[in-house]
Amino acid sequence: MRRLFDEELADLDTSFKEMGLLVSETIQRSVQAFLDHDRATAQEIIDSDQAINQREIALEKKSFEMIALYQPVTTDLREIVTILKAVSVIERIGDNARNIAISTIHVKGNRRVADIEEKIGNTGQIVSKMVADVLTYYISDDAQGAASMSETAHQVALATQNIRDASIEAMKADAENVEAATDYLVIGGYLKRTSDYVTDIAEWVIYKRTGKIVELNPGTSSFI
Amino acid sequence: MVEPNQLVFTDEMPDHYIMDINEDKHEVALSAQDVEVYYGAKQALQKTNLKFERYKITSLIGASGSGKSTFLRSLNRMNDDVGTVKGKIMYRNLDINSSDIDVYEMRRHIGMVFQRPNPFAKSIEDNITFALKQHGIRDKDELAKRVETSLKQAALWDEVKDTLHKSALSLSGGQQQRLVIARAIALHPDILLLDEPASALDPISSAKIEDTLLELKEKYTIIIVTHNMQQAARVSDYTAFFHMGEVLEYDLTRKIFTRPKVQRTIDYVNGNFG
Repeated sequence: MRRLFDEELADLDTSFKEMGLLVSETIQRSVQAFLDHDRATAQEIIDSDQAINQREIALEKKSFEMIALYQPVTTDLREIVTILKAVSVIERIGDNARNIAISTIHVKGNRRVADIEEKIGNTGQIVSKMVADVLTYYISDDAQGAASMSETAHQVALATQNIRDASIEAMKADAENVEAATDYLVIGGYLKRTSDYVTDIAEWVIYKRTGKIVELNPGTSSFI
Repeated sequence: MVEPNQLVFTDEMPDHYIMDINEDKHEVALSAQDVEVYYGAKQALQKTNLKFERYKITSLIGASGSGKSTFLRSLNRMNDDVGTVKGKIMYRNLDINSSDIDVYEMRRHIGMVFQRPNPFAKSIEDNITFALKQHGIRDKDELAKRVETSLKQAALWDEVKDTLHKSALSLSGGQQQRLVIARAIALHPDILLLDEPASALDPISSAKIEDTLLELKEKYTIIIVTHNMQQAARVSDYTAFFHMGEVLEYDLTRKIFTRPKVQRTIDYVNGNFG
C-alpha cells in the first residue's frame, strides 16, 4: 500500500519536474527569440502553449486522485499540495512566455529601440535563470535557496521599472517609437509577473520543507 | 504568516516532543506524572508525563504493543491485577494511583468503554440502571430520567426509546457500543476512557460513535485509544503518539497531522511502517 503510494508520488514529482523544465526552457527561448527577432521560434512557442496547459490539467487530476485515495498527511500531504499549487503558477509562467512571443511577432517590422531591447534582454535572462533556479531548489528541497529569490525579485522589479521609464521616454521623444515601445512596456510587465510567480513557487518550496507559509514578495502586485 | 527572515532552516529533529498544557489558560482534568507500568519484570511503559485538558478529546495512537492501551488502562486502575503502575495520576488534587483510593468510587468519575461492546444480558434499560442501583439510586423517576438522558447523550435514544425492555443483545454492534457508552455516562463520570470503541464497527456505526463523542465533549473529558488515524484526526483536539512503550510526541492534533516534530511520528502518521 505504502509502496504504491511512494511510486505514485515519485511519478507525480517527476511529471511536475518535467513540466517545470519544459516551461523554464520555453521562457528562455521566448526571451532569446525576442532578442533575435526570431518570428518562427516565437510562433512555435505560441503553438506549444496548449501542451503546457494539458500537463497542468493532468497533474492536477492526479493530485486530486491521490488525496482522495490515500488521504495523505504531514510531509506527503505537503508534497502534493506544493505540486498542486506550484503547477498552476508554472502554467501561468508558460502563458507569459507565450505573451512575450506574441509581442515578438508584433514588434518585428516596427522601428526598434536597441537600448531598451538590451535592457529587456538582460532582465529576461535574469528572470529565465530565476525560473530554472527555483526548480533546482524544488528538486534539492532547498528552502534557504528558495528564500533568496525574494532579493532577486526585488532587483527584477527595479529593472522592469527602468524598462517602463525608458519606454515612456522613447515614446515622448518620437511618435515613431510608440508601437515598439508599447510592446516593450508589456514585455517588461510579463517579466515582472514571471519573477513574482517564481517567488510564489519559492514560497511553496519553503512550505514543503518546513510546513510554514511565508510571504517572499510583499506589496508588489502592480503589473509593472 | 511567517516573515522570511524569521525562518530557521534546520535538519535536526527532536527525539521527543511533549507539549505542556498551560494551566493558567486551560483547565487540566487529569495529569499523569512519571507513570510507568511493569508486567512482571518487563517494563511495558516508560515514564510518561501527560496532561489532559478538560472538555477536550485526546487520542492515543501508536502500533500494537506501543503502550497506549496499557497507559489508558492505568488511568482508572485496570492494570492493578496484571501489573505494577508507578508514578502519580492526579485527578482533582488526588493521586488516584495511591493505595488508599477507593477504586470502585473512582471509576464512577473515570469511566471506561472497551473495544468490543459488552452489554449485560439484560434489557436495554437494565443495562443502564444496573450500576446506578448498585450505587444506591432507587428512585424510579430518577432512574427513568437517567436512562433517557444518557441514551440521548449517547445518540441512541431515538432508536431504542420504544424498545427499552428488549434485550440489549438484540441491538446491532454499533447500537450496543453506544449503549455501553450510555451506561458509562449514566453514572455522570467526569472523564471517559475509550479503548478503540469503533474498531469493531462498520463505517456508519463508527461515524455515529464519532458524532456521539463530539457531543459528549461538551460535558466530559475524553481520552480515546484508536488505531484509525483518520478518526483521531477527525475527532480529537490533542494526540499522543506512543512507540515501543514510550510517548514520543504529544501535541495539538492539527499539528500532529500537518507538521509533527519527531521523525517517527511523521513516519507513523504517513503510514510508513517499513
